[in-house]
Amino acid sequence: MSISSKIVDDFVAEGVEFITTVPCKQLAGVIDEVEARPEIHHVPSNKEDEGMGLCAGAFMGGKKPAIIMQNTAIGVTINTLATLTQFYRMPLPMLISYRGELREPVSCQVEMAVHTKALLNQMLIPTYHFHKEADAAELPEILKYCFMSNKPVAILTDASFWGGYGDQ
Amino acid sequence: MIRSDILREIAPILRDQLVVCNIGLPSQELHMIDDNAKNFYMLGTMGLSSSIGLGLAMAQDKTVISIDGDGSVLTNFGTLPTIANNVTDNYILLIIDNGSYGSTGDQPTYAGKKTKLEDVAKACGCENVVTCAAEDTGAVLQAAIDSKQMTIIVAKCESGNIKLPVITMDPVVIRHRFMEAVKV
Repeated sequence: MSISSKIVDDFVAEGVEFITTVPCKQLAGVIDEVEARPEIHHVPSNKEDEGMGLCAGAFMGGKKPAIIMQNTAIGVTINTLATLTQFYRMPLPMLISYRGELREPVSCQVEMAVHTKALLNQMLIPTYHFHKEADAAELPEILKYCFMSNKPVAILTDASFWGGYGDQ
Repeated sequence: MIRSDILREIAPILRDQLVVCNIGLPSQELHMIDDNAKNFYMLGTMGLSSSIGLGLAMAQDKTVISIDGDGSVLTNFGTLPTIANNVTDNYILLIIDNGSYGSTGDQPTYAGKKTKLEDVAKACGCENVVTCAAEDTGAVLQAAIDSKQMTIIVAKCESGNIKLPVITMDPVVIRHRFMEAVKV
């Protein structure tokens, strides 16, 4: 089974029914998988803060939400995380491609990579980092933890986890 | 008419619906006029009323009305294509367009100048876009609810604010009370 299928299986098993996505090259496989699953209502967003708004609404409507996005989005969503997701105590698993780490071919991605964990730490957001495929074995527990605690939780997935970027 | 006049007029219609209300004065006004469990007040996060309401409408069957402002829609313009491409017939976006950033001192918005939000919504692919004068908002809103079709309403009014206190209710109380009302 592909890692993308396994990740989406875990979301479905945890009862996640509403997922919004903003694309990243690394996340293409998992986004395709989300789109293909009849159990999941997939709504692509134009910007990640918009997506967090959709997730807040879906949560209040009784659905477990999740967002899939790139780490650059942390720069876009600090206010939304603080004044919506955290202020109203809402759960939000964030599956994040951690661009700008080892094997990154695009130098500009490093500029947000160096801030990513510091910002998440500053926001007191529980953060997990998948570096090897085996790390994804923790995803079911991370999702349970997120919905137990009613907090946003970050799952950073780097290029090594996804198997690099192919030929560059 | 100014925004608070519209809210006063449509309060009897809103009372039976789930309402997601925009940050700042709109929420404070609605809270003062008719506080009830079916109102979700945004205390922060300018721009996301339409997104929260759309997510809520997608997740359950009851009618949801997002009350937004022209300035807030301008802040989150990406919401209009998302709404257009995810038709959700229990969703109504009511944009109260007074051409100004009311909560911050009535600075003019571009919607009060050349930009017409109704034209933007149509260009984004929204199918039922109704523009109305302030005094017709109630009738247009009721018609949108009765139509059971996703509708974007742009209600034009004058800019201006009334003096009123901030909402001191705890956000978790607002959210919990609202979620219980959603379930009923």
